[in-house]
Amino acid sequence: MDTTALLLSLKLAALTVAILVPAGIFVARFLAARDFAGKAFVEAVFALPLVLPPTVLGFYLLVAMGGSSPLGRWYEAAVGHPLVFTFDGLLVASVIFNLPFAIQPLQRAFEAIPDDLRHAAACCGLTEAQSLWRIELPLAWPGLLTAVVLTFAHTLGEFGVVLMVGGSIPGETKTIALAIYDRVQGFDMAGAGFMSAVLLLLSVLAIGVTFLTSSRRRDRHRHAD
Amino acid sequence: MRFARCLGRFRLMLPTFPRRAVLRSAAALFLGLLAGAPVRAAQDAPLVAAAADLRFALDEIAAAFARDTGRSVRIVYGSSGNFRRQIAEGAPFEVFLSADEAYVFALAKQGLTVDEGILYATGRLVLVVPEGSPLKLDPELADLAAAVADGRVRKFAIANPEHAPYGRAAQEALESAGAWAAIRSRLVLGENVAQAAQFATSGSAQGGIVALSLALAPGVLGTARYATIPERMHKPLRQRMVLTKRAQATAREFYRYLRQPAARAVFGRNGFALPGE
Repeated sequence: MDTTALLLSLKLAALTVAILVPAGIFVARFLAARDFAGKAFVEAVFALPLVLPPTVLGFYLLVAMGGSSPLGRWYEAAVGHPLVFTFDGLLVASVIFNLPFAIQPLQRAFEAIPDDLRHAAACCGLTEAQSLWRIELPLAWPGLLTAVVLTFAHTLGEFGVVLMVGGSIPGETKTIALAIYDRVQGFDMAGAGFMSAVLLLLSVLAIGVTFLTSSRRRDRHRHAD
Repeated sequence: MRFARCLGRFRLMLPTFPRRAVLRSAAALFLGLLAGAPVRAAQDAPLVAAAADLRFALDEIAAAFARDTGRSVRIVYGSSGNFRRQIAEGAPFEVFLSADEAYVFALAKQGLTVDEGILYATGRLVLVVPEGSPLKLDPELADLAAAVADGRVRKFAIANPEHAPYGRAAQEALESAGAWAAIRSRLVLGENVAQAAQFATSGSAQGGIVALSLALAPGVLGTARYATIPERMHKPLRQRMVLTKRAQATAREFYRYLRQPAARAVFGRNGFALPGE
């Protein structure tokens, strides 16, 4: 069991959630409440990581953040270490490949809130922020929970992008998914098996939580009818 | 409150907001962040990029280095071609042990290394045949083309010749044996030679060509048998190591340690020919 890799994965997942979910709330609410020219295009861009092969995303991130790119050079000059093959670069990649996993459930949840309610909140004198915090988020919490759980679980499991951008460096970019791959190459099937079981358990928990919340929501709607 | 009265008719629709659960998961998230913190502590140990054929030999040397000096290094194993690219892209490796000296020279030319490094070992190729495989254990690979033709070999594992030195050497050996054209369509390519060895012995392939150092490591090949391929069948696998421009004190000490008799003996035990002997 590679605890360093597991801790690294958990840290990466927690930070990704901490960055992406709050940002996702604003993006998702904006997309749910407004109509504007090119909205479909914006939605498509945010959904792209769902269908894009991870290696394609990894390739572009490597090119965009590499030592010879303007972004890579600027980052190294400013921070003192390169962006690719470091935890920071991995976090940037993680936030990008998780965009749909955070935004989609949140957007669906905000869309399910009737416009009347928003209008009622506004006519009661609530500002947008108050309406979001006191009315909409409490209603959208199953979507919020799904976004958190999916983003977290997906970060633990991502392989292709992480390998290409991170390079499997122990304590820096070697996540639990990469550690499993590495253990198999090191002929340590027992180690790989144990870590796989840990990831399997975490994934089952994640799926369990999301299904439980959505079924509870359905039950409540049925009672309301 | 004004808005509460106004919202009265929507009240029934509001599901209970699980404040406690939210607080609890926020706390768990925070703990997760804290738990991640010690990861940073190990980061002063220098990073070593090492060719996959060194996997077991270098682990042994690094353990001895830690015992003798109280310092540790973090080793990443992979294909030399990949490391050459990653170092050029700014990967934070301080020592690079390549399985092919050409990659070291290329990095030196780009000004990314301290010097042109030194030769530390010469690698050898072996034919690996797992238990129960219909393939003959012939070091000259004479049986291979025939085995492909009569269907005895359906899959054959080597490392990717594009960026793994042992893959390239395996291709050269297969070409020398006149079996390359026949076996090309049957190849399974490992990302590096350790993965090729894993493929070759998994039971799904009928054989493979890998590094002698992996064949000698205890427990690696399991019940598979191997035969050392004559050196004349491929270009020598001249393995060169070098300090990158990022190298700090511990990396330099490890680099020196690798040239000591104790370390050389480990390389020798693991099937490498040593330079200067």
